[in-house]
Amino acid sequence: MTRYSLFSLLRNALNYHEDWPRAWRSPEPKPSYDAVIVGGGGHGLATAYYLAKNHGITNVAVIESGWIGGGNTGRNTTIVRSNYLWDESAALYEHSLKLWEGLSQELNYNVMFSQRGVINLAHNQHDLKEIGRRISANRLNGVDSEFLTPRQIKDLVPIIDLRAGGRYPVLGASIQRRGGTARHDAVAWGYARAADALGVDIIQQCPVTGFRIENGRVSAVETGKGTIETGKVGLAVAGHSSVMAGLAGFRLPIQSLPLQALVSEPVKPVLDTVVMSGAIHAYISQSDKGELVIGAGADSYIGYGQRGSLPVTEETLGAICELFPMFRRMRMLRQWGGIVDTCPDASPVLGKTPVEGMYVNGGWGTGGFKSTPGAGWAYAHTIANDMPHELNAAFSLDRFRTGYLIDEHGAAAVAH
Amino acid sequence: MLVIPCPHCGPRCEIEFSYGGQAHITRPEDPAAIDDETWADYVFMRDNTKGVFLERWVHAHGCRQWFNVARHTVTYEILASYETGAKPPKLDFETQV
Repeated sequence: MTRYSLFSLLRNALNYHEDWPRAWRSPEPKPSYDAVIVGGGGHGLATAYYLAKNHGITNVAVIESGWIGGGNTGRNTTIVRSNYLWDESAALYEHSLKLWEGLSQELNYNVMFSQRGVINLAHNQHDLKEIGRRISANRLNGVDSEFLTPRQIKDLVPIIDLRAGGRYPVLGASIQRRGGTARHDAVAWGYARAADALGVDIIQQCPVTGFRIENGRVSAVETGKGTIETGKVGLAVAGHSSVMAGLAGFRLPIQSLPLQALVSEPVKPVLDTVVMSGAIHAYISQSDKGELVIGAGADSYIGYGQRGSLPVTEETLGAICELFPMFRRMRMLRQWGGIVDTCPDASPVLGKTPVEGMYVNGGWGTGGFKSTPGAGWAYAHTIANDMPHELNAAFSLDRFRTGYLIDEHGAAAVAH
Repeated sequence: MLVIPCPHCGPRCEIEFSYGGQAHITRPEDPAAIDDETWADYVFMRDNTKGVFLERWVHAHGCRQWFNVARHTVTYEILASYETGAKPPKLDFETQV
């Protein structure tokens, strides 16, 4: 692997950038691997990378039915934060955020992680109290979180409409200054390149069609490119978690819902932070290219078509136009949906399954992107040791039997 | 935008309805007699079908009645709607993607 540096950039400039090597190989699958990761998104690639790096398991394949990062990794609104309410979530997302902070150096790949701050607005007295509670909970867990008065919000976001009598009065906000955005494609590419350099085979255009399970233990994965023998299978397929679980013969408490996002025409810099409002289903940031990146709510009904419903688009854009009147004449360039797998308690399932040797990483709902490094890190530990790390022990499938739910729904409103 | 055929009011726009998830789930007759596994299965585990799915809707801003719909979760095509308590119509469930 060529190390990316100023020196390699200058050297390749002399060749008119025509001799850059491929960032990762495209191998044919071997007949067997020590571990197979199903799903070549950020989570799957991060898992493979940490399996190789932290646990020395390098005979690993990542199987992807399409192309890497072509699913939810490339369809989210790129927001990273860790200000979750409950201890279990705060620990996992904060671990993730700490990995984000060193990720570009770790992977030798610029993931453009920008800690521009994430603001969560309060529109009524109840929101204010919830935000106060969340700030206190965050601080107790060592997660940075501050309260902002409307005046302080206006200083940070001059374009927001705070005139009294607006449709959505803003009474205050919380801010996590270490939160921000990252380049979503670069996360997949960076992990792919780094995992490949450690010996991981990334196999694209290779759908999984079934699993060979003998005496309750997985022994092979059936794919479009033949049967691959393996004793360990890690699922990381986001919206299709239930489909894969169905092939393996167990059920998940997951509903797959389209979550949509929009991108506007590019304009000059107007917004240098992330503004979110759970109460009115809207969040917005501005990309480095100048496009407004707008996240909406999820559809209420199950859907696998990667587009959102029009009423959700309307509701979100209505809210954005009320909060930021200057955006009323902006034109949207693209609108799309990603299929988010949602658990009843809005927390993920990250751990073992009823099938021996098979593990599940899913149910992240709308929080999958920000958790990419931390989830991959903990999932690799789970797969390598056949038992969860203490970071993800609480996120077991078993919690739906024991009743030990991690209810982030009320805590994080729509945006979690 | 879905146009959902309410069996009582006829075709209406999706914003008039609320979603109720998977249809035809039966509450265990004697909850005290079953183990936690079975109860968890009833409360939390759901089919999440990629293909034709039988689901419940309520016409919240209309007749306020619950009913069932057979909908394809990839194409979003609605194949049938029928009253709660009725058996689902015969459908070609092989139209999976």
